[in-house]
Amino acid sequence: MGSNKINAAYDNEETTDARKKAAELGLTNEDLVSMYEVMVEIRHFEEMATTLYGLGKVHGTMHLSIGQEAVAAGAGFTLQDKDYLINHHRGHGHFIASGADVNKMMAEFLGKETGFCHGRGGSMHIADVTANNLGAQGIVAAQIAMAPGVGIAIKMRKTDQVALVIFGDGAANRGVFLESLNMSSIWDLPVVYLCENNHYGMSAEVGRVSGKVPFKDRAEALGIPGYFIDGNDVLAVYEFMKNAFSHARSGSGPVFVETETYRILGHSKSDRNLYRTKDEINQWKEKDPIIRFRDLLLEADIITVKQVDEIEKKMAKVIEDAVEFAENSPEPNIEDVMEWVYA
Amino acid sequence: MPEITFRQAIHDALVEEMRRDSSVFLIGEDIGTYGGAFGVTAGILDEFGRDRVWETPISEETIVGSAVGAAIVGMKPIAEIMFMDFLTLVLDPLANQAAKVRYMFGGKATVPMVVRMPSGSGTGAAAHHSQSLETILMHIPGLKVVAPSTPYDAKGLLLSAIRDPNPVCFVEHKLLYKTKGEVPNGEYTIPLGVADIKREGTDLTIVTSEIMVHKSLSAAEDVSKEGISVEILDPRTLLPLDVDTITNSVMKTGRLLVVHEAVKTAGWAGEIMASVSESPAWDYLDAPMRRLTGKDVPIPYNRFLERAAVPQEEDIVREIQAIVSNQY
Ligand SMILES: Cc1ncc(C[n+]2csc(CCOP(=O)(O)OP(=O)(O)O)c2C)c(N)n1
Repeated sequence: MGSNKINAAYDNEETTDARKKAAELGLTNEDLVSMYEVMVEIRHFEEMATTLYGLGKVHGTMHLSIGQEAVAAGAGFTLQDKDYLINHHRGHGHFIASGADVNKMMAEFLGKETGFCHGRGGSMHIADVTANNLGAQGIVAAQIAMAPGVGIAIKMRKTDQVALVIFGDGAANRGVFLESLNMSSIWDLPVVYLCENNHYGMSAEVGRVSGKVPFKDRAEALGIPGYFIDGNDVLAVYEFMKNAFSHARSGSGPVFVETETYRILGHSKSDRNLYRTKDEINQWKEKDPIIRFRDLLLEADIITVKQVDEIEKKMAKVIEDAVEFAENSPEPNIEDVMEWVYA
Repeated sequence: MPEITFRQAIHDALVEEMRRDSSVFLIGEDIGTYGGAFGVTAGILDEFGRDRVWETPISEETIVGSAVGAAIVGMKPIAEIMFMDFLTLVLDPLANQAAKVRYMFGGKATVPMVVRMPSGSGTGAAAHHSQSLETILMHIPGLKVVAPSTPYDAKGLLLSAIRDPNPVCFVEHKLLYKTKGEVPNGEYTIPLGVADIKREGTDLTIVTSEIMVHKSLSAAEDVSKEGISVEILDPRTLLPLDVDTITNSVMKTGRLLVVHEAVKTAGWAGEIMASVSESPAWDYLDAPMRRLTGKDVPIPYNRFLERAAVPQEEDIVREIQAIVSNQY
């Protein structure tokens, strides 16, 4: 019987002292500041996406990750250039955190020729395969099915890469979830499963549609080490992802990290939020991962109020420039509509 | 007659049949409070409760698999697959189970179920949320495939689909949801397998369905100013096809154009043309039969490319003109 709320203890300890935690994790103050910057950059990208949508400049849908930036930043910081990223539909943040060029992202969002996919894919399918970014999925959980294959390729070529596959709580209820985890487990594949549990898959509250949460229990049942952590604590995410990557990279097989976070905005633009209360949303707004990290950095004197302001302005500018780049970019040629169907 | 939207017509058919027959139930994702991705089932949970509205996890294969199971034991499930693109995920329960159980078991079982699936492009949803995959379904004996173009047809056909003892795939083009049309108060049904002439004409028959019916009607109106008289025939049910009505129309006009949004290669236009070519209508043809279809390409995101990937009204106009002026 599905329970109504996730009611499990975190495997991480709450970060209360940024300096101490950074020392444990081998992060410099600069690392912490750039992690913060990435989170702010993602927030600005998502807010700009809403603005552009409101202005009627976007033909299509989008899935925004406001409130979930700590998961993206923590994971993105762990990912090395050589590793593979296999992303899901709510993927802007993960791409930005993995170092993707926001100009090309914005151009793709506006369907322009200069976008990552030459305007063919849009928000939901941003990919940069040459940079090991294997793209975002429109078919929920399809990426989970692909992950073992990427793991097999890594294993066959005997490289020290890792495949990071990202998905939501909703995706964890598709059948391929079981098949994928099981295959990665029996073959010790170098796959890190990152479940971004934001409480909802569209209107489906995770407890209502899941026999048992957290999902990390399912991973453990298949012989995969599983962790359930606070996804709004960026340093905790980093810590667990770092360990997961080391484990997978060393040939010890897959790891499953489930991060609890919350989708502040609607699922997509058609969502009227009828299935949850304003109170609930507000409670989670109180746990804003960016503010939380900012306060930790301020408390530890790693950053000043002035710097916070500057970062805010800097990132707003980065995103405004991206919009300018995108808007000044050409539309694809209609005559090229048949290009790239076959190699 | 009151005018209602296509969305409302489908909604009303669901509600009326659920009131009439307690074995009818809904199963699918986000069909409760959210009302389905396109709002079709809004309010139904409030009236009927969770006993009749089974809101599932994201588990397409088991949504349709469950519908098959329930149908075999005598219920009348109506499953909703949020986008027709996810048909690829439910092909086993549909094609191997629902479609074959009756035959395989020597006629001892029936599978009275409906699978609703929003189809088509035009919303900027790109390659994973825009396909028209009707032909895949038409290739499976045992299934029926219904694809309405108006609110009137949608309601009457859906009621017949629910009452049909066979598995019926009900295709709803997304761009139709907001379109309006007259629908009578009170119950009526439209039999499956019967085509409808949407516009009478004498020079050329267009066989078309779903949103393309509307684009073809506009094109027909355009060319009527040049004195070209186009007949528009909507099969409404793609499987089984009403071949007689199609061949009769072609015998009258002597020319055939098939228009569909689905891609060209192995699309159902080929089936219509083959049916005509092996019928007596063949002798009546004054011009080669033609098809105007989606290009053989995934649906692109960019709005201009998306438009270019599927037939538009101006393409239909050009094609009509070319056929009647014997350019082929
Ligand atoms: C196979 C499939 N089923 C349904 C959908 C429609 N859909 C898109 S996203 C989504 C919710 C996904 O939830 P989750 O995996 O938790 O990710 P979140 O959106 O919360 O980030 C649904 C139902 C889809 N795209 N693919």
